[in-house]
Amino acid sequence: MGHNDSSYANAPLEYQSETGRLNILGFWIFLGAEIVLFSTLFATYFVLHGRTAGGVLPAELFDMKLVLIMTFLLLVSSFTCGIAVHEMRRGSTKGVVIWTILTLLLGAGFVGFEIFEFFHYVHEGASIHTSAYWSAFFVLLGTHGLHVSIGIFWITGVLFQIKKRGLTPQTAAKIFISSLYWHFLDVVWIFIFTAVYLIGLGGLL
Amino acid sequence: MAGKTHSSAEHEHFPWKHVVGFILSIVLTILAFWIAIGAEIGSSAKLWIIFGFAFIQAFLQLFMFMHMTESENGTVQVGNTLFGLFCAIIFVIGSVWIFAAHYSHGENSKDGYSPSAPKQSEHSEK
Amino acid sequence: MHLKWDEFFVTGDPLILGAQISIALTSIAIVFVLTYFKKWKWLWKEWLTSVDHKKLGIMYILAAVIMFFRGGVDGLMMRAQLALPNNTFLDSNHYNEIFTTHGTIMILFMAMPFLIGLINVVVPLQIGARDVAFPYLNNLSFWTFMVGAMLFNISFVIGGSPSAGWTSYMPLAGNDFSPGPGQNYYLLGLQIAGIGTLMTGINFMVTILKMRTKGMTLMRMPMFTWTTLITSVIIVFAFPVLTVALALMTFDRLFGSAFFTLEAGGMPMLWANLFWIWGHPEVYIVILPAFGIFSEIFATFSRKQLFGYKAMVVSIVAISVLSFLVWVHHFFTMGNSAAVNSFFSITTMAISVPTGVKIFNWLFTMYRGRISFTSPMLWALGFIPNFVIGGVTGVMLAMAAADYQYHNTYFLVSHFHYVLIAGTVFACFAGLVFWYPKMFGYKLNERIGKWFFWVFMIGFNICFFPQYFLGLQGMPRRIYTYGPEDGWTALNFISTIGAFMMGVGFIILCYNIYYSWRHAKREVSGDSWGEGRTLDWATSSAIPPHYNFAALPEVTTPDAFHHWKQNNVDVHPEKEFKKIHMPHNSGRPLIMSAFFGLGAFGLVFEWYWIGVIGLIGVFATMILRSFEYDDGYYIPVEEVIETEKKNKEAQK
Repeated sequence: MGHNDSSYANAPLEYQSETGRLNILGFWIFLGAEIVLFSTLFATYFVLHGRTAGGVLPAELFDMKLVLIMTFLLLVSSFTCGIAVHEMRRGSTKGVVIWTILTLLLGAGFVGFEIFEFFHYVHEGASIHTSAYWSAFFVLLGTHGLHVSIGIFWITGVLFQIKKRGLTPQTAAKIFISSLYWHFLDVVWIFIFTAVYLIGLGGLL
Repeated sequence: MAGKTHSSAEHEHFPWKHVVGFILSIVLTILAFWIAIGAEIGSSAKLWIIFGFAFIQAFLQLFMFMHMTESENGTVQVGNTLFGLFCAIIFVIGSVWIFAAHYSHGENSKDGYSPSAPKQSEHSEK
Repeated sequence: MHLKWDEFFVTGDPLILGAQISIALTSIAIVFVLTYFKKWKWLWKEWLTSVDHKKLGIMYILAAVIMFFRGGVDGLMMRAQLALPNNTFLDSNHYNEIFTTHGTIMILFMAMPFLIGLINVVVPLQIGARDVAFPYLNNLSFWTFMVGAMLFNISFVIGGSPSAGWTSYMPLAGNDFSPGPGQNYYLLGLQIAGIGTLMTGINFMVTILKMRTKGMTLMRMPMFTWTTLITSVIIVFAFPVLTVALALMTFDRLFGSAFFTLEAGGMPMLWANLFWIWGHPEVYIVILPAFGIFSEIFATFSRKQLFGYKAMVVSIVAISVLSFLVWVHHFFTMGNSAAVNSFFSITTMAISVPTGVKIFNWLFTMYRGRISFTSPMLWALGFIPNFVIGGVTGVMLAMAAADYQYHNTYFLVSHFHYVLIAGTVFACFAGLVFWYPKMFGYKLNERIGKWFFWVFMIGFNICFFPQYFLGLQGMPRRIYTYGPEDGWTALNFISTIGAFMMGVGFIILCYNIYYSWRHAKREVSGDSWGEGRTLDWATSSAIPPHYNFAALPEVTTPDAFHHWKQNNVDVHPEKEFKKIHMPHNSGRPLIMSAFFGLGAFGLVFEWYWIGVIGLIGVFATMILRSFEYDDGYYIPVEEVIETEKKNKEAQK
């Protein structure tokens, strides 16, 4: 099928099978669709910004410390994820596993703090029913958090496959693709903390 | 046929790209927080700056962590992402622009209340 | 949701009761026939679990034709009600349900699968590939479409139909004004089908970019492949907006959020904004493949290369970019500022320019060609004037100030039916007839096919041309009746006659399908019309072998097959055949889709535990897929040699 795999002998492992190459390209295109998905949630958020219907305001609830912690957890996890792929290209299965587990732990920490944050807000009277603004907030952040959670389960599954089969063109492509997903989610978070928290905490809109 | 990929031998060295990208990201993040909350400049300027930082950080991740330009599909991958960003900007700015006209009308003002309409009693729980 | 049994099954309407009985009887009949002829295993192995693009394409088209029947009957019922003033055939609520299902089905469950079906059958052949990049995903796309369609279709007999129009505006579509399961069917059926469409977009982008045969540069691709590539790009960047919009309305209805509500700061107009950000690119998704189909037909039956290939490519790229910049023209009258309306008015007028370029290119293709008036060519010739009528009325509508008069009148209704029917539907029929021998090994009868064309096209004009004037006379859309004093009776009556003529045309098509299956001469050549220019006609048999091409072809020009014929190049040279790698069938996408359907059905009725079960099933099948390392199988070289030899013998 298609091009001769031997011409890719010098490429990183994840590019050495045709399935791997096609899957990687296909996933980049899927990320283009995800950019649009999140942009629609952002558009909704901006249009509904400030429409709190006389209820509790975001500036009253947002906590800068919490946001900084969550941001750094995710940022560091993106770094450890990058190192995991670097280790993969060095051919070190052990390196991949260790740095990936670190990534997942940091991600789980992020999700944990986010769940705590959501419970706290609901307790303070800001839930998805309260007003259009809070609906937009919870769905934007919740969609991102759900993506991260799904990613944790997905990458755990891939780790099991690495344990069983080691680093092959197929398993390498899976690690690479899941790393693309993970980095992408950090990119989305950059826009979330800018558009939601910095604007909210700084009273910029 | 392998395009712009590098062999596994080149990965024996220290991952400079990742460390530099990581440090820059931290710097940009902290700067953005400081400007948004601490700086003594107008809101409009702050918005331009923090979103500028966000886009820079996003591109850092795309180029330095995600290897977007790598492989024979690099051009497609970059083009695809750029078109996604193009659509994203149009949808966000377009929507905000369209609804800006509606904010000025009484009932659609920011907090959803019209100054002249009688205040309703319970509005929070649905 | 607490329902009594007479609310679960729709009761109290004889038409619906008739439909419920028919559905039950037909289902029993199908089960009986499959069991009696012992065809279950065959159906499962050969069709339902197939990852072969040719078979998936045929299944898409079959579903689309059945959906055309349902959507068409909806249309006929509407026209029957409107034929006379103060008619009592349908009450207002039933009428609303019918125009909702008519629009939703025709666009999302008829046009989309018909075009995607043709794309599936043809594009891998046109690029000289063995299948698409992701065959398993392709099967999943089909089943998510089927499940979404079936879910939507079952609404009118179980629970109740949605009735807020295919555009489903808030606050009408909210819990206050549309209580019950109907609107939930819309939200969840479209959501599931939309997932499949997004995957199709990704699949064909990668397929066309990466799996073209040797020598086929982008600028040597057939035009239908180009339009498929650009359509796939639009799908990838437009469908996620629909995903979000549907999800937000689902949250409003099921979980009490306040996105589009009248209270708590919600903005009903935000729904319209998001819907049309998707909705406008969607109409280009259904028209660009039609342009591609007509490009192939004009070139083939003028015996001439398509005129202005480069201009055609530039114009479809321009259309795709502009299609994301015009959406506000669907709601010029919702209170936007003059600046907003002006901007979108200009972009809307601009987007007509590349389409105009294409019309001229098709005309120049025919100029000095040797034209044969086969029935696909008749559809293409009918498309030109009729689509142009629809297009120029579109430019009229594009002027925002003027649109305040036309908006939501029958003028608009006529415009979009002219572009959708003369554009998309004519292309579906043309493509079906054109590629029928590639799918089934014989042609549809030409004589009957010409009757079909003339009856349908004339009926279409009788139905919709008067509607421009009804709109100018002030008749609004989506009204279930009108008074004799309005002065609209005569034109409405004439319009209804045209509608029933289209119905007769459809019956002629169905008869043709049956008649040709019984009597048409079975063909052996891959070049069914004798005038094939592109690689899809270069297969070794009428229906291509399972693997499409024994040896992947090498091309040096556009219209490669035509070039080989002109230069006496042997299309099937004696080559060193090798064993061929093929993917295995899989039943898992069907099962995953069934879980999607089960979960969605539960959510429709707010039975959340069923929703959770469905969700678990979806994730479980995804995890199983992740852990699967099946790498397909090989067709042994002896089998390939044998098949090719047989095909070559048969042509002598």
